[in-house]
Amino acid sequence: MQKTYSNPVYPYVSSTDLNAEKAPHHPVVIVGAGPGGLALSIDFASQGISTVVLDDNNTVSVGSRAICFAKRTLEIMNRLGCAQRMIEKGVLWKHGKVFFKEERVYDFDLLNEGDHQIPAFINLQQYYFEEYLVDKVAEFKEIDLRWKSKVIAIDSQKDSTEIRVSVPDGEYTLTCDYLVCADGANSGVRSMLGLESKGQVFQDRFLISDVVMKANFPTERWFWFDPPFHPNQSALLHKQPDNVWRIDLQLGSDADPEYEQQEHVIRPRIQAMLGPETEFDIEWASVYTFQCRKMDHFIHNKVFFVGDAAHQVSPFGARGANGCIQSAENLVWKVANVLKGQAPEALIETYNTERQQGAKENILNSTRSTDFITPKNHISRVFRDQTLRLAKKFGFARTLVNSGRLSTPCQYTDSPLNSVELDTFDSPLCPGSVPKDAPIGVYGEQQWLLNQLGNQFVVLVTLDTIGPEEISEIIKLSDIQNLKILVAGNAILPDVIKSKVTKIDCTKGVLVERYDLKQNTTYLFRPDQIVSGRWRQCMSQTVEKAMRRALGFELNTDVSDRQTKTFEELK
Amino acid sequence: MRLKTEPNLSEPDRFYEALIDVHRELSAEQSECLNARLILLLANHIGHMEVLSEALIIAEEIE
Repeated sequence: MQKTYSNPVYPYVSSTDLNAEKAPHHPVVIVGAGPGGLALSIDFASQGISTVVLDDNNTVSVGSRAICFAKRTLEIMNRLGCAQRMIEKGVLWKHGKVFFKEERVYDFDLLNEGDHQIPAFINLQQYYFEEYLVDKVAEFKEIDLRWKSKVIAIDSQKDSTEIRVSVPDGEYTLTCDYLVCADGANSGVRSMLGLESKGQVFQDRFLISDVVMKANFPTERWFWFDPPFHPNQSALLHKQPDNVWRIDLQLGSDADPEYEQQEHVIRPRIQAMLGPETEFDIEWASVYTFQCRKMDHFIHNKVFFVGDAAHQVSPFGARGANGCIQSAENLVWKVANVLKGQAPEALIETYNTERQQGAKENILNSTRSTDFITPKNHISRVFRDQTLRLAKKFGFARTLVNSGRLSTPCQYTDSPLNSVELDTFDSPLCPGSVPKDAPIGVYGEQQWLLNQLGNQFVVLVTLDTIGPEEISEIIKLSDIQNLKILVAGNAILPDVIKSKVTKIDCTKGVLVERYDLKQNTTYLFRPDQIVSGRWRQCMSQTVEKAMRRALGFELNTDVSDRQTKTFEELK
Repeated sequence: MRLKTEPNLSEPDRFYEALIDVHRELSAEQSECLNARLILLLANHIGHMEVLSEALIIAEEIE
């Protein structure tokens, strides 16, 4: 059925590991070459860590699946060197319409904040997203991507992991320090380890299809509640590249998936939605039920679960792939620092604490959307319908209409890696926040703040004037290992520190405003760019302490406390 | 902020009459819809989640 895209077929290459006498050892093995596994491997490579990536197939996503990629995901892709192709190919959108029965209830405009390098959202078929990542993978000698390689057995011990891999020309065994599983909602590794992802399965079935239309519909997100062409159900229309449109049709709880998946059944449903005049071809269609579930713990010994394998959501709000990429980013710098001996093992445990919070947030949002779209009983339907009727006239009711709250990054405000905030700021970017981008100048060149943050610890110091004290603090900062120093502000830097820092200009004052920068204001960013502390004074000692805290050196007692608690809870 | 449970209506009898009147000509189904709209409008006017939570709890407990 698919005409606009033909899946690449990647060659199977026999690995030398197949004929090794003793099971070869790799520091990091990744299972699954979907969006998560591919992003993980590139991010590890950017940290100088070699990985083996195993995928049981030899192509990218068949059918489109994820289509909506949000700002933070694209910012991460930009750091990995993949965002440009995605944004060029993707469809930019910000307008939408909501319909209820015969009527258009309201229009919306996402009114995105200006002065960002990366757009708020793009729509792009998952196969393009993956293909661009696969192309990028080829640029790294650190990544050994093995297609047609299926993990068929696993032995997970406290300190190491052994896996058995089945390939077209045999089987082999590998050992690794860390096994990262990004092998999807039906994770094979998860089942082999007897671990569960628990939660809620929604009764309603949905037909998800991609169609190519000859008509010229606007680049908007259209959502229908109880439309005349599909009574008592909901419908969604959203544009993707290549003139492909995503259509979601709610089918109800008693629909027969086998029957509904047939083209002669799908066609009239979509024709009714698009109008009798509209010509279209079906690219891909599938019937789904949605689940919101997660694992109780994303780490098992030295095995890590990322993406749908760890946490799964319904598609309303585009929180699946976007949540997955955030989990991947959260894990990599922690594992990398532990492998390099720069952080204690305890740091990795915070992958679980921070991403459990992210997963809970995504599940909560996506469950609320699903409950609004598919009311579970009579009275919730009454409230839903009356909310929509009020929304035609009143703004307040529009805030209650929930056809998906589009993915925003999780704020790790309670993370044990944060330094406590003691000073007052007129900026929401407290410790645990994802940074906001801002246009800056670097040595006369137009640049963006996030490009300067990269994947390492960065301290940003504001200096409008500079005296002996500031010079001394900057010199002390420059003695801290693996810390990049950015200096914002108008101070003329003396030669003694010029070579130790990157001077940035606050073009248009956006940076100053977004971060509420004043003389001596200091921010510390983690390697995943999360704000880990901010202060009104620049004291190298404070920054060094905050950096150690962000690397997990102060966690030991916390972790044992938590373990004791869990043990007591069990009793 | 707390939910006011001491008398607060400027004209209790008139309000009660108006509440009954607005439902007088309606079927049970229509009344249910009107009540839903009314709750949504009043909830937005109140605005504070803690006050609304308190009202939800009291309303639930009496059942």
